[in-house]
Amino acid sequence: MPNVIELHNLHYRWKGQTHDTLAIAELHVAAGEHLFIRGASGSGKTTFLNLLAGILHPASGSLNILGHALHSMNHSARDRFRADHMGVIFQQFNLLPYLSVRENVQLPCHFSTRRKQQAGDMQATTNRLLEHLGLDSKLWERPVTDLSVGQQQRVAVARALIGSPELLIADEPTSALDTDTRDGFLDLLFKEAAAQGSTIVFVSHDPHIASHFPRVVDLAEVNRPPPQTVALYTSP
Amino acid sequence: MILLNLTLRSLWNRRASLLLTLFSIAISVSLLLGVEYIRKEAKSSFLSTISGTDLVVGARSGPVQLLLYSVFRIGNATNNISWQSYQDIASQPLVDWTIPISLGDSHKGYRVLGTNQDYFRHYRYGDKHLLAFAAGKPFEGVFDTVLGAEVASKLGYKLNDKIVVAHGAAATRFTLHDDKPFHVVGILKPTGTPIDRTVHVTLEGIEAIHVDWVNGTKVPGYQISADEALHKNLQPKLITAFMVGLKNRAAAFRVQREINDYKREPLLATVPGVALAELWQALGMFETVLRIITGFVVVAGLLGMLTTLLSTLNERRREMAILRAVGAHPYHVFLLFVLEGGVLAVLGCLLGAGLVYVGLFAARPWVVAEYGFYLRTWIPDLNDGLMLAVVAVLALLFSLIPGAIAYRRSLQDGLTVRV
Repeated sequence: MPNVIELHNLHYRWKGQTHDTLAIAELHVAAGEHLFIRGASGSGKTTFLNLLAGILHPASGSLNILGHALHSMNHSARDRFRADHMGVIFQQFNLLPYLSVRENVQLPCHFSTRRKQQAGDMQATTNRLLEHLGLDSKLWERPVTDLSVGQQQRVAVARALIGSPELLIADEPTSALDTDTRDGFLDLLFKEAAAQGSTIVFVSHDPHIASHFPRVVDLAEVNRPPPQTVALYTSP
Repeated sequence: MILLNLTLRSLWNRRASLLLTLFSIAISVSLLLGVEYIRKEAKSSFLSTISGTDLVVGARSGPVQLLLYSVFRIGNATNNISWQSYQDIASQPLVDWTIPISLGDSHKGYRVLGTNQDYFRHYRYGDKHLLAFAAGKPFEGVFDTVLGAEVASKLGYKLNDKIVVAHGAAATRFTLHDDKPFHVVGILKPTGTPIDRTVHVTLEGIEAIHVDWVNGTKVPGYQISADEALHKNLQPKLITAFMVGLKNRAAAFRVQREINDYKREPLLATVPGVALAELWQALGMFETVLRIITGFVVVAGLLGMLTTLLSTLNERRREMAILRAVGAHPYHVFLLFVLEGGVLAVLGCLLGAGLVYVGLFAARPWVVAEYGFYLRTWIPDLNDGLMLAVVAVLALLFSLIPGAIAYRRSLQDGLTVRV
């Protein structure tokens, strides 16, 4: 089984900038691994996630996910790849306010036939996921705005998991939760991800969460852009 | 399919603010359709006022003017024509029938038309309908009168009432022919034409009320009573115009040319359809202006929609990021906005059409009562459909702008939501 993520000499630079925002020499994530990436804001965390999800295209270097070379895919191919193979969880406000809990969970299946096929009986799969994540069946048909933040984050997990994508990308999903809810949330996330064998890449600045993960990578350590040369004075 | 569903759900979620947008589109669309309806109705109403008449003949002026005063009771004749000329032309072998018309007097704002019984025999309107009586019968005596439907209903006249005719179009006390009242013997059924607003009397009656008048004024001390007038010679010497029905319609232009070349008096003969077409051409400019204005109103309505769509761009950034995260392409996001514009436009068009339909339905009793004009049910035709299609296409074009902006933003923003 190859690594889920293999990146090599990955560089990214925003348009108009003179230096790389991101430069990672090497990073491998094995299948089923739960990886915690610690990064303060401004450390290139967002850029890294957008590269991983295929939103951004690396300036140079290679980025292989599930054996596919994302760096050589075009825009819509990367979009399709994300739809088929990745579940994404944000900090908060993950859900479309005008859809019910159930409809939000099923959303990825409408954009990916692969996920739809893997979900099988979509209603049954949705029910199972919501049940496992401890959401009362009374809530399933309700608008998501009726839910607490903790409940909403669990719905987001269900949505990220439906159709068994190989890779879960979580961007500070617990930052809006209190400590008790946070631990419960992490347990559920790990359990469900493990149940379908999904790999987790979890990004946060919160060092307390890191202890829940077997592997922790500090983005500041792996991300080493070449030293910035700032010309304050121009010698005559 | 999911995109349409998302569009509808998202629109419904923002329904409060979108309702106004929808209404502004609906109102501009209903204006567009309503103006078109009125234009068509006015045209068909004009065209249905006279039918079966091959020529209208009067003193030499313009064909449109002749038609307006003789058929539509709009404006006044510049000159009269002699009874002799009328008789001359009426007796021509190609002529089947004629209807003499004498105008100039009025009754409480309604025109008085002097004619003879041929009017009831030959005048046709709409789909070749003869005049029908709601009550009574055509006039026989010199001082008999037949009222148009609106005259009778508005002024509350019934059979056997006496009415007094005023000299000229303005009703002042000094110009009333109050010594010689007319006797209502018939009331016509509504026709939806100027006939409803006309008081019909005999040519002899017109002559009789003017026997003691010279040069348009009463001669002081010289008065002839109604009974005495009956013994005078009431054969009219002048009439305003006359209508001609030919034995063979194909001869219309030949007879027209003969009348226009008439040696004894300068006459003008016009084919009603030709004069109407000329009139319509003159009004065409006005129609175009009206269309341009309604066109701008529609554009204004759609610009309102564009403003709303653009103003929601920021608050919908998160929505776009979520959709991108679950696998939507940026072109999905683009389509979402275009669909939204399309849905709004279609709903606006439907609502606008509904407004026209309901509005006409509601206004119908009032318009019939007030103007004697029956508003037909609005049935959209191909032209209306085409206009609605143009509105929808315009709306789609307009929504390309927020769509393109959303597309670019969702490319830049990706999964990160900057709020």
